[in-house]
Amino acid sequence: MSSLLTVDGISKRFRGLLAVDKLSFAVPEGQIYAVIGPNGAGKTTLFNMIAGVYAPDNGSITFNGERIDGLSPDKVCRRGVGRTFQIVRPFPALTVEDNVIVGALQHRHDVRDAQAHARDVLRRLDLFDKRGQRASALTLPDRKRLEVARALATDPKLLLLDEVMAGLRPTETDRMVSILKELNRETGITILLIEHVMRAVMALAARILVMHHGAPIAEGLPAEVVRDPAVIHSYLGAEDL
Amino acid sequence: MIGRLFDGVPARALILGAALLALAIAAPLFASDYMLTVLILIFYFAYVGQAWNIMMGFAGQLSLGHALYVGLGAYTAAALFVHFGIGPWIGLLVGVPIAVAAGAFIGFLAFRFRVGGVYFAILTIAVAEFARVGFDHLSWTAGSSGLFLPVKQYSGNDLWTLRGLPVMFYYLLLAATVAAFIACRALLKSRIGYFWLAIREDEEAARAAGIDTFRYKMIAVVISSGMTAFAGVVYAFYYNNLFPEQVFHISRSIEIILAPIVGGVGTLFGPVLGAFILTGLAETLTGALAAIGVDIPGAKQVFYGICLLFVILALPDGVWPWVARHLKLTERRE
Repeated sequence: MSSLLTVDGISKRFRGLLAVDKLSFAVPEGQIYAVIGPNGAGKTTLFNMIAGVYAPDNGSITFNGERIDGLSPDKVCRRGVGRTFQIVRPFPALTVEDNVIVGALQHRHDVRDAQAHARDVLRRLDLFDKRGQRASALTLPDRKRLEVARALATDPKLLLLDEVMAGLRPTETDRMVSILKELNRETGITILLIEHVMRAVMALAARILVMHHGAPIAEGLPAEVVRDPAVIHSYLGAEDL
Repeated sequence: MIGRLFDGVPARALILGAALLALAIAAPLFASDYMLTVLILIFYFAYVGQAWNIMMGFAGQLSLGHALYVGLGAYTAAALFVHFGIGPWIGLLVGVPIAVAAGAFIGFLAFRFRVGGVYFAILTIAVAEFARVGFDHLSWTAGSSGLFLPVKQYSGNDLWTLRGLPVMFYYLLLAATVAAFIACRALLKSRIGYFWLAIREDEEAARAAGIDTFRYKMIAVVISSGMTAFAGVVYAFYYNNLFPEQVFHISRSIEIILAPIVGGVGTLFGPVLGAFILTGLAETLTGALAAIGVDIPGAKQVFYGICLLFVILALPDGVWPWVARHLKLTERRE
């Protein structure tokens, strides 16, 4: 398997704080890859660098054979990277369907084509019946799925999910996990997720990267990573999983 | 395309719209001269309100300097007419690009350097004020003493040179308002419209969804300023005199935004309804006060203030969404 995303030695410093420190990893095409770590480990900064919000100070990000570090967020999106925000940001006054149509219009010029595509995506995310509601009227679990739907509608090869399970109840988490699994299996989409909910991470990820203070402390198969003493010490704690 | 434009609009809304349009077309038959001048003002504000609404209501960019585009359109066409005898439609072909260039300049500065929100609004005021002071000292357009178009008694209407009776201006502005309404509906239902609304709602999320926000905000400014410049050309040939202190004054910019705010920012019918409410009622008030022999200077401004207060407190989304809801005119989605 060739890698779809290669992050090579990237760093990002905010004033005195080194948020990400010479981080490297690669995500093979079609894989679900998780990044975990305590708050402040630099996970969201890493995401923002991949998505084009920040340019890394050093290193490179290669996506689908092209350098994408330093590109603007809209360009990164149009090259095939869809993202969600940790704190959801739907377009509140628009309907659920119109939110997703906005994403679908990136690679479609006709609004009707975009609408048809948006509806397919909405069905997949269990939001079809709510398509006429304003996004501001949705509950948090629905908004989280809307966030994924809008990103997915842009036809990404790589989906960046920033804590889409946060704030969900266990049943809702399981629903999201099964949606993402099915999505990955049926469309072959590559998923890179930041997640605190270990139940979801263990159910989804083929590989896990553990970050601490901006640097990687472990990387590997989920079963190996959760037994790693450094990971247990800095993040998971001694409790049983 | 035209057929699809009205998809989802309830039949009763279409019938009501057609009836209102028929009424507007027939109005000069029974309206007095005074009534007609009021209607001209109403459609003038409906049209420029629609143009402003593209920027604020659709793309979420607050312009408080739209008098700039009115003034540039007005002055360009008037000056070309006075100096070279060039007609207003040719003047329009020059005035619109000038206004668009000014809009693009403001947009470029603001959007490239991430000047947003109130700072963007201040920039639009600043450029309009700059133009006001500049035109005060521009001798080619007679500076602060004002530019006057030659006026003579007209026997007929000449649409080509825009020399004629008020009824001609009435139909011209009515046609412009209808055209602007249809154009805005088409824009709103297009790809551009979706992107504008996304930018209005959350610019960062819009960018993350792949939208080149700089580009689409620029498109909004360009269309809005160009449309507004047309109103300026009509303004110049209707009033036949232009003073920088009047044309570019910030109170003109504020007047432009009142109708869409009262009617409903971001709605298509809001600017039209708002213009009817504000101008219609204000003129009725002035007329009624005059009839009973009371002359209170500034009564109109006070009335505007009361209207705005009422709308902000009672109907913060504007009057039109409320009317549409109660008359069941809101759009259905299949």
